[in-house]
Amino acid sequence: MSRLLEVRDLTHSYLTRTGEEVEALRKVSLEVGAGEFVAIVGHNGSGKSTLAKHLNALLLPSTGVVFVDGLDTSVPENLWEVRQRVGMVFQNPDNQLVATTVEEDVAFGPENLGVPSAEIRKRVDEALAVVEMSEFATRPPHNLSGGQKQRVAIAGVLAMRPKCIVLDEPTAMLDPKGRQEVLRTVQRLNAEESMTVVWITHFMNEAAQADRVLVMQEGRIAIEGSPRQVFSRVEELKELHLDVPQVTELAFLLNKAGLPVSPELLCEEELVSILVDKLAG
Amino acid sequence: MLDGITLGQYVPTESPIHNLDPRTKIISSVLLIVVLFLVEGFQGYLLIGLGILGIIAAARLPLGFVLKGLRPLRLILLITLLLHLFMTEGREIARLGPLVVTYEGFNKGVLMTLRLGLLVLATSLLTLTTSPIRLTDGLEDLLNPFKRVGLPAHELAMMMTIALRFIPTLFEETEKIMKAQKARGADFESGKLSQRAKNLVPLLVPLFVSAFRRADELAIAMEARCYRGGEGRTKLHTLQMTRADYLAILLLTAGVIVIAVVF
Repeated sequence: MSRLLEVRDLTHSYLTRTGEEVEALRKVSLEVGAGEFVAIVGHNGSGKSTLAKHLNALLLPSTGVVFVDGLDTSVPENLWEVRQRVGMVFQNPDNQLVATTVEEDVAFGPENLGVPSAEIRKRVDEALAVVEMSEFATRPPHNLSGGQKQRVAIAGVLAMRPKCIVLDEPTAMLDPKGRQEVLRTVQRLNAEESMTVVWITHFMNEAAQADRVLVMQEGRIAIEGSPRQVFSRVEELKELHLDVPQVTELAFLLNKAGLPVSPELLCEEELVSILVDKLAG
Repeated sequence: MLDGITLGQYVPTESPIHNLDPRTKIISSVLLIVVLFLVEGFQGYLLIGLGILGIIAAARLPLGFVLKGLRPLRLILLITLLLHLFMTEGREIARLGPLVVTYEGFNKGVLMTLRLGLLVLATSLLTLTTSPIRLTDGLEDLLNPFKRVGLPAHELAMMMTIALRFIPTLFEETEKIMKAQKARGADFESGKLSQRAKNLVPLLVPLFVSAFRRADELAIAMEARCYRGGEGRTKLHTLQMTRADYLAILLLTAGVIVIAVVF
């Protein structure tokens, strides 16, 4: 798997209005391979959004380096190349749609890149088909549901033909149905088009769907590993005031009580079948 | 809140007028406005009025709907008529107490009212038959030559697009805040005008704060999608002048010249 994103010793500090210096990120290093699905979890103020904004040069490192597809984000000549390669989807679905119809909005990115009209048309139709929003092409975006708006935002990013999508808490303002829609869309992109995904969230069951989970705390990566590895560290996570998926917690408690159940469980069916086996045996 | 105002609201139907290039329609509106100011006589206005009726018919717009657009302006039209009727010096034809109606005043009043009414109708035809997006595209294209003298054509068009995009969103938000403040005992409906204006403060403050936050987030989202101004930008929908467009402009120009010269 080739390296797509590389962050080395990234520190980001800024001055508050009162003149204090705040370190939002402290010596963060991380690599994301092409086609990987990485989830970043952590509390408000843990630095996860700041990290995300470094991945497409919306913020630049105070010290350290960020490479996107081999391009240094701090080199001004690379700026637009970087932003084309790493698409961003934000939390508030309303505040990232620019145009008065869905298709015009999806076209916004390629228009900025100077893509010829016929090619834009093709990309818009394809992107809308991928997120299953083709039938809404000529509708105004304000009538759509939150989940639909986020899917349009994803289509807007896809139309730029990025190598990676960074989603900064894309489901935080959605209802459960909308969350499902968006997560499923991104999972499909990852599986079928091998799109690299960085998914920032505070919903642990969403993070459990990723290939790899990073837990951030006070500007550092506190825990890193596969979802099974990370969520089995129930006590550490609790100390960081983070939830674990309910199943994992139950498995953990059963394991602690002396039952032969692995604490590395993520889905209910798994636990049910193990318990059924134990009870039958 | 703004329901019932039909003036200038886009009516999405299929018609030869709707299909014209937005630039054709903008230029035509300007031509109509110019000729309305050049002409000074009933016959001229009659012809222009007939022309506008013809366009309304060709655009397949219900006449009643178009005329209803004049209703918000009825007071202005009436005042124009009355002012000219009573304030013009000349041959007296009627007397109402101290007020004198003159022949010249009557003539001028009717003409001015007609001019104003036709002016509003002609311009509303533009927005009635052109969707806001196409209108913005057309304006941007027509203003492009003035870039050289420092007119920010693309920025103006972008601002219009964003405004159009966010009007419904901000409307929804206004209603939400109104309900929230009502639940806290705010009163937006009773009291004197000054009191009512004062009561709007708890509505406007959160609305402005949120609008600024939205603007900030939108700017970041636009930058993330490689927005860097109008330079080198392409368009999904390009404007295309067809034979019908040239024909329309030619016809209208000819008509306008004839009317302006004869009357």
